[in-house]
Amino acid sequence: MQVALIDAGGANLGSVHYALERLGAAVRLVRSAEALHGATRVVLPGVGAAGEGMRRLRAQGLVAPLRALQVPLLGICLGMQLLYEHSDEDHSDGLGLLPGRVRRLAGGPALRVPHMGWNTLDSVAASPLLAGIAAGSPAYFVHSYAAPVSAVCIASCTHGESFAALVQSGRVAGAQFHPERSSAVGARLLSNFLQWNPT
Amino acid sequence: MLSRRIIPCLDVRAGRVVKGVRFRDHVDMGDCLELALRYREAGADELVFYDITASPEGRSASCDWVERIARVLDIPFCVAGGIRSVEDARALLHAGADKISINTPALERPALIAELAEAFGQQCVVVGIDSLREADGQWRVRTHSGHPQAMRAPNKRTLDWVVEAQQRGAGEIVLNCMGNDGVRAGYDIAQLRAVRALCAVPLVASGGAGAAAHFAEVFREADVDGALAASVFHSGALAIPELKRGLRASGIEVRL
Repeated sequence: MQVALIDAGGANLGSVHYALERLGAAVRLVRSAEALHGATRVVLPGVGAAGEGMRRLRAQGLVAPLRALQVPLLGICLGMQLLYEHSDEDHSDGLGLLPGRVRRLAGGPALRVPHMGWNTLDSVAASPLLAGIAAGSPAYFVHSYAAPVSAVCIASCTHGESFAALVQSGRVAGAQFHPERSSAVGARLLSNFLQWNPT
Repeated sequence: MLSRRIIPCLDVRAGRVVKGVRFRDHVDMGDCLELALRYREAGADELVFYDITASPEGRSASCDWVERIARVLDIPFCVAGGIRSVEDARALLHAGADKISINTPALERPALIAELAEAFGQQCVVVGIDSLREADGQWRVRTHSGHPQAMRAPNKRTLDWVVEAQQRGAGEIVLNCMGNDGVRAGYDIAQLRAVRALCAVPLVASGGAGAAAHFAEVFREADVDGALAASVFHSGALAIPELKRGLRASGIEVRL
């Protein structure tokens, strides 16, 4: 398995790299369209802000190749948010691979933003990406923006409001939580992604 | 529902975890990697590593052991100790730390908080606060608290600093109540409640944990998001699986 790990400037690049290596994947860092060639899986991690993330993808010439990708793609955290059409963060346009708009979590009394810590995957749809992961499984989240629960959502999470924790449409998948920091549940998701053969 | 976090704190010196009694007489507890994995197995939700010699030696926390830990650990961890610039923080985050915690450098140059939040996102930036109640009944911050002889009191009210740190971009506050630290008689509920009322970002309690009941009390009475402790875990006085089962049984949401 040749995993292309996109460097979109996210501070979690190292930990995602190590998590994939622990599963036996051959990982290479990608900072240009050429470097994507031959990859059988692509991972777009990210921690930071949407505007800066897209700026980096554009500067590396990765926007069009990611839109045209023929192999499975997994966006993590900000990387998942960049899959959408638009983010309210920085009023930034995303890759548009998934329909919809990423919004800031409302927060409120006893609802801290950033949403930081272990929360449960509420409802879990039948998906090869969720094999072995039951509803109620804990995952580690750190984010202030989130995508709505929509037709592409295969697992949701609740922090005052419900939002998309895991999404999948065709070859494109996204995790709002950090599988690289979600212990056994996260390792299982990454392992499922590496074995995933969407049609 | 979001779980309350149980966070062991490990003091690290040259890649080894040490246990000090009132900042002296450090006892070697073992390799930081082994202890990190042991706490991960026990069900710790997150770990904090404090490079205790970084600040006194005028350097930032060491990337060597941070990278070793990041390669094997699959729960989040935060690194503290002598982080004074965006470059210091970048090296640690790229080595695999999830968050960096700043204390004295943030008080000396508050703009550092915003610089870090802008460079890496608010969620990476933890502001640690050492706080002590003074004779007039006010809580005020301390700097350089790693060494008693170097400690200073910059005459800043803790509650004011909590508000300012958030305005500048802190993504989480760790409040160490020094009056309770090391005493194992429970967290400083009054102070944590006062800070909670002003803290819209996650708040982690530190200082005073000595028994399972102290954790239940601080979650219930002060509504903190996480509880940090060191000696009560290191000494074996309290095992994390047992602690978490007890919290769950008393209706407090924890990850089992």
